[in-house]
Amino acid sequence: MERAIGRRHILAGAGMAALAAPGIARAQGEPIRIGEINSYSAQPAFLQPYRNAWTLAQEQVNAAGGINGRRIETVFRDDAGRPEDAVRLAGELVNAEKVTLLAGGFLSNVGLALGDFANQNKKLFVASEPLTDALVWSKGNRYTFRLRASTYMQSAMLVEEAAKLPVKRWATVAPNYEYGQSAVRWFKELLGRARPDVQFVAEQFPALGRIDAGATVQALAAANPEAIFNVTFGADLTNFVRQGSTRGLFERRRVVSLLTGEPEYLDPLGDEAPEGWIVTGYPWEQIDTPAHTPFREAYRRRWNDYPRLGSVVGYDTVMAIAALLKKSPSLETEGLVDGMAGLQFQSVLGPVQFRAIDHQSTMGAFVGRTVLKNGKGAMADWRYADGKDYLPADDVVRTLRPQA
Amino acid sequence: MENLVLQALSGLASASSLFLVASGLTVIFGVSRVVNFAHGSFYMLGAYLAYTLVTHLPRGHLGFWGGVIGAAVLVGLIGLAVEMLLLRRIYRAPELFQLLATFGVVLIVQELTQMIWGAQDLLGPRAPGLRGSAEILGLRFPLYELFLIGVGPVVLGLLVLLFRRTRWGTLVRAATQDREMVGALGVNQRMLFTSVFFLGSLLAGLGGALQLPRESVNLHMDLSIITEAFVVVVVGGLGSLTGAALAALLIGELHAFGILIVPKITLVLVFLVMALVLVVRPHGLLGKPEAAARGGQGSAEPVIGPAPAALRWLALAALGLAVVVPPFLGDYAISVLTELATAVLFAASLHLIMGPGGMASFGHAAYFGLGAYGAALAAQWLGAPMLAGLALAPLAAGVFGLVFGYFCVRLSGVYAAMLTLAFAQIAWSVAFQWVEVTGGDNGILGVWPDAWAAPKLVFYYLALALCLGATLLLRRVVHAPFGYALRAQRDSALRAEAIGIDAFRIRWLGFALAAAAAGIAGGLFAYGKGSVFPTYMGIPRSVDALLMVLLGGVQTLSGPIIGALAFTGLQEQLVRLTDLWRLILGAVIVLLVLFFPQGLAGATRARWEARHGDA
Repeated sequence: MERAIGRRHILAGAGMAALAAPGIARAQGEPIRIGEINSYSAQPAFLQPYRNAWTLAQEQVNAAGGINGRRIETVFRDDAGRPEDAVRLAGELVNAEKVTLLAGGFLSNVGLALGDFANQNKKLFVASEPLTDALVWSKGNRYTFRLRASTYMQSAMLVEEAAKLPVKRWATVAPNYEYGQSAVRWFKELLGRARPDVQFVAEQFPALGRIDAGATVQALAAANPEAIFNVTFGADLTNFVRQGSTRGLFERRRVVSLLTGEPEYLDPLGDEAPEGWIVTGYPWEQIDTPAHTPFREAYRRRWNDYPRLGSVVGYDTVMAIAALLKKSPSLETEGLVDGMAGLQFQSVLGPVQFRAIDHQSTMGAFVGRTVLKNGKGAMADWRYADGKDYLPADDVVRTLRPQA
Repeated sequence: MENLVLQALSGLASASSLFLVASGLTVIFGVSRVVNFAHGSFYMLGAYLAYTLVTHLPRGHLGFWGGVIGAAVLVGLIGLAVEMLLLRRIYRAPELFQLLATFGVVLIVQELTQMIWGAQDLLGPRAPGLRGSAEILGLRFPLYELFLIGVGPVVLGLLVLLFRRTRWGTLVRAATQDREMVGALGVNQRMLFTSVFFLGSLLAGLGGALQLPRESVNLHMDLSIITEAFVVVVVGGLGSLTGAALAALLIGELHAFGILIVPKITLVLVFLVMALVLVVRPHGLLGKPEAAARGGQGSAEPVIGPAPAALRWLALAALGLAVVVPPFLGDYAISVLTELATAVLFAASLHLIMGPGGMASFGHAAYFGLGAYGAALAAQWLGAPMLAGLALAPLAAGVFGLVFGYFCVRLSGVYAAMLTLAFAQIAWSVAFQWVEVTGGDNGILGVWPDAWAAPKLVFYYLALALCLGATLLLRRVVHAPFGYALRAQRDSALRAEAIGIDAFRIRWLGFALAAAAAGIAGGLFAYGKGSVFPTYMGIPRSVDALLMVLLGGVQTLSGPIIGALAFTGLQEQLVRLTDLWRLILGAVIVLLVLFFPQGLAGATRARWEARHGDA
């Protein structure tokens, strides 16, 4: 396992790049500033690779001449996982740093707080990672757009696979906060629609980051389900898998699991990664498409590490913003917002569009099965599920989102 | 049936792990009275060090168990260093001041750990010989969990032997009961404190190291364990090892069975248990009433007099600046000033119960948050205008202050502080879980000021007027007869009762008043941010308030104001300047603690009095 890159390296790297990249000098005029807010100190495992790729993308855009001759530069801020701090920093970026637009967000509540700030202050906000459906639906607004496939979309992708399984008794386990609750709610609703014969026999909602894995596993086993829908991730997932495999919870049971195929969460499991789980994720080493391969190689060269899913999100957020800026005649917010609605760009996962109807991008996710390969977890039999195929019909979306 | 037995065993394994960490904490607290916030950091360091040692030593029994013991000893040594370099210098500082120092250590350890081991979670190897599972009643149960179930009682037994059968242990128990007396008898207290700190840290490190085959090693381990460990210590009774064991057992089993009935209970269960236990048994399950520290009884805290003329002029000048300058500042600077104003009132309100009231609160954010939620809920569900929301904020916080305070002020010292934390966490979990009304962790959005107050400058003046008014009112209260009564019951409850002061009533009203004042700050904060989240009532915000008061100095009236400005300002600046803000903030806190053990305002006053005589 390669060591994660420390912050100091990032700083040193950025400094060197500034000296070594003559491309930057070629881009003329005042730089265009992007304000980026994320929970760097609270969620470093996801956000270091994210920021590395962000830096890479920015260097590439600038080396290629920038935006019509103008460089882009980013002012990063750490909200430490507190939405109220994110709002303060957003004010700082907009008023003091004079950024053209805001981007970022990892936690759902931070994303929502920034979205509401953007709406109030009439500034464009490109949410990169927050998954909550509320961001584009119930609390959606004119100024907020989201890149990452939402909780609903990823649940829908897994329901498609879950519905094919010859099982009827399901149990669920999810972290007790909005993401976990919504994922379980959508999974139950959509699976119930696809397979009216299934029943849900148990549910567990451990507190985020504080799972009592032994007791949780035992409680699930006691209900004797035929299949389990898992939403835990990070440390909770690791502990859950360890206790579950020692206690035989996963034997003769199917498991469908959100995000578990992402290297951020799969790699720490090492050779204890579970086999045969149906997951959403990112099989970075196997995707050899014209869009992805150059990204992977450039990332390796720049950071001497392999990309995580966070890297894809960071890279594509910059690419989406660059695509927007390139086609916009001015940097005035209303124009940018109009340009963002319906914007198409080439992401490393394939062509993506920010839908005009709800400002959700059609970025998809990979759905596959986990296997052990060379002593570590990987995905097999995967396919790319295009996000546009996993969103509700337009008339349904209109009922979910407040219409102006 | 079989399932229930296994559930009980799972509970035992968790209880055992919890006890290991809590035992170290309770030993340290018993002797030194230090509320050691860094105990969770030692636990985390134990796990990380064990990971490094075990993966680098040769595989097998020796490598694994050697690594675990090695990590525990290393953490013990780190604890030793922290005690000798930092805590030893501030034992004479006001109560709880050491909490500030250990919080600085927490920040530093967090940043250093991430630098050394990286951000990704690590998964340690399993224990040799204990990899698999045993068959119990036809169901599989991990061998390692069985082993852990055994470790708890063994460690408890060894500690009891150590404390009952050795001279050192006898001294430690004596110091736990009466520190001054042990010192008077000529026992070298320094050595005693240092060795106890070593033992306590070692136990924390062992607790962390033993999690290696069980859980992932990650950067969130420190804060996720520390509150639970404190709860166990307090529920068991401070300084009581068997109490801690009993409490760990209670919490472990309630957890294991609780999730069978109410899966979402984990969020709040430990705090419900703590609240119930403390309401019924004010000194925990097996704790004894704290022997009144002689320092507290005999020598009252410094008398608070009217502010000297120089201070008044300084305050007036600062106020002048706060009024005159903002129109020339940008929007962002104004919003920071607004935030500072609320921080000042929030800290001043905590100070009323902590300083003059003599009762620390670890859950003061509850009232800040209740004020914010009061205003936001009124705006969302009743469509209330901003001023109505702002009026409702102190009302909501004050009412809950009366209810929670009724139970809290009966207790004293850390028990009282922990009960306030329990109520705060219960309030927090309601805000977090009651999604239909409060929006859960996604919060309530769109709480923006009415049109007339929408310009940042207007809102700032509104916040300044309200916060300053309330802060001055609190100051006035301290100088009023009520304030004298409040201070009297702090300095000597017995004498105060003897002259007819109803200590309970005075403390209760003081608590509610402080809660209402925090509610004003919370309401303003909500409108300033435009949204309300459960984090407003979270533990980190309560800790922030404590830090502000301690940093400024508990024993002066200007302390909380200075502390709020210094802490909030410092954090705001550092976050913008550097990615390493936690490291620098932690280091600054540690240095301030070393150089200003009475807090910033306290140190200034000491210097002033040295030059001008007792004011």
